[in-house]
Amino acid sequence: MSFLGANGPDSLIWWDWVDRHREEIKQATFEHLRLTLIAVAVGFLISGALALVALRYRWTYAPITWITGVLYTIPSLALFVLLVPWTGFTTLTGEIGLVSYTLLILIRNIVAGVDSVPAPVKEAADAMGYRPVRRFFAVDLRLATPTIIAGLRIATVTTIGLVTVTGLIGLGGYGGLINDGIDRTFSTPIVVGAGLSVVMAVTLDVGLAGVERVLTPWARRKVAR
Amino acid sequence: MGAFQDFTEFVTTSSNWWGDRGIVHRSIEHMRLSGASVLAASVIATPAAMFFGHVKRGGLAAQSIVNVGRAIPSFALLALLFPLSLQWGFGLGFWPTLVALVLLAIPPMFTNAYVGVRDVDPAIVEASRGMGMGERQVLLRVETPIAVPLIITGIRLASVQVVATATLGGLFGFNGLGSYIFEGFAQQNDGKLLTGAVGVALLAIATELVFSFIMRRATPWLAPKRDLDLLPPVPVPL
Repeated sequence: MSFLGANGPDSLIWWDWVDRHREEIKQATFEHLRLTLIAVAVGFLISGALALVALRYRWTYAPITWITGVLYTIPSLALFVLLVPWTGFTTLTGEIGLVSYTLLILIRNIVAGVDSVPAPVKEAADAMGYRPVRRFFAVDLRLATPTIIAGLRIATVTTIGLVTVTGLIGLGGYGGLINDGIDRTFSTPIVVGAGLSVVMAVTLDVGLAGVERVLTPWARRKVAR
Repeated sequence: MGAFQDFTEFVTTSSNWWGDRGIVHRSIEHMRLSGASVLAASVIATPAAMFFGHVKRGGLAAQSIVNVGRAIPSFALLALLFPLSLQWGFGLGFWPTLVALVLLAIPPMFTNAYVGVRDVDPAIVEASRGMGMGERQVLLRVETPIAVPLIITGIRLASVQVVATATLGGLFGFNGLGSYIFEGFAQQNDGKLLTGAVGVALLAIATELVFSFIMRRATPWLAPKRDLDLLPPVPVPL
């Protein structure tokens, strides 16, 4: 492996291989993105529902976070493997695991975001005649947006990393490339897979930060330090 | 439930517990590697983080370390180190896995210790200086005890991550609990597969419990505020 000199199969990254496998890399990117987006979207829906329950019936918050906390603690590969005998080497296996990891982060951030809305704001909204449900969606949830998006950003970046592990159960994506490189002791696909998953993580993170800016125009002056 | 039967059969066969490929040896190896990685990473990360937190410099660097640390998948990091390790003659197994795990453990430890020391109430720090404490005393006798909960939280986050990721070392010849998973894949043996998965899951949960116990003992003054301390902490945002 030479860092300098001629670029070839023994280089850390062999550009010729990258060029000849463009289709494969594009395919992996698509699979990786698809697994990530499904997991975050489904995770967000489930977390939203559970967070509503936790906010309405406060006593459920402890058990909800405890259970999702245990799920979060179980190592990803172990969780996938625990499911394999029943759901096989399928996308479903991968997604069940990936969704479980988003729950704790998302639920905590949604609840913390709604909790942090100042009481005077809520009282003012009540006095203006907002009914509870409408106030929740128009005022509480809106002011909780930055915290909720912060949760989404962490969940998304974490999921992109975990999707590489699903390559081990045959779901493709960048993990598939990395796995291929390990099998053949060939570093190029490993470097490509690792590098592109970092690029994907940074891109989606910056994208979500942009979404936050658009959704919270009132916060812009504070952000610009 | 054939797989479950395979699993109970595997773990109730005593020959599967002993020897070089036994559950006992592999669990010990797994814990030994995890422990060594966490120890090495905390020796590297914690003093530096506390120093930077004390002088309140390097916030941007800390932020970047966390962001990059979070964006690099641990599997990719491990996979990248192996061709390098072979190239440089460190071989497979324990050492390259250790290096990967140390790199992985540094970001959460660094950030938590950094934020913990940096965010100590400035009034308390000034009061200590006013009482005639030197900088070293301020850091070691005032800021450190106040930052202890966050420092432990960082070590806890890192440890659970390390225990989880050490599993992947099985792919590269590290003889820990992950080896059962990869042998199970190769031999299509559900018993081995589930033994590895359950073992690793239990070890990770045990790590959480040990740290929640350490936290309880190390910070008795926080006892009244503690309601949900079995929860895995989520990384502190900077």
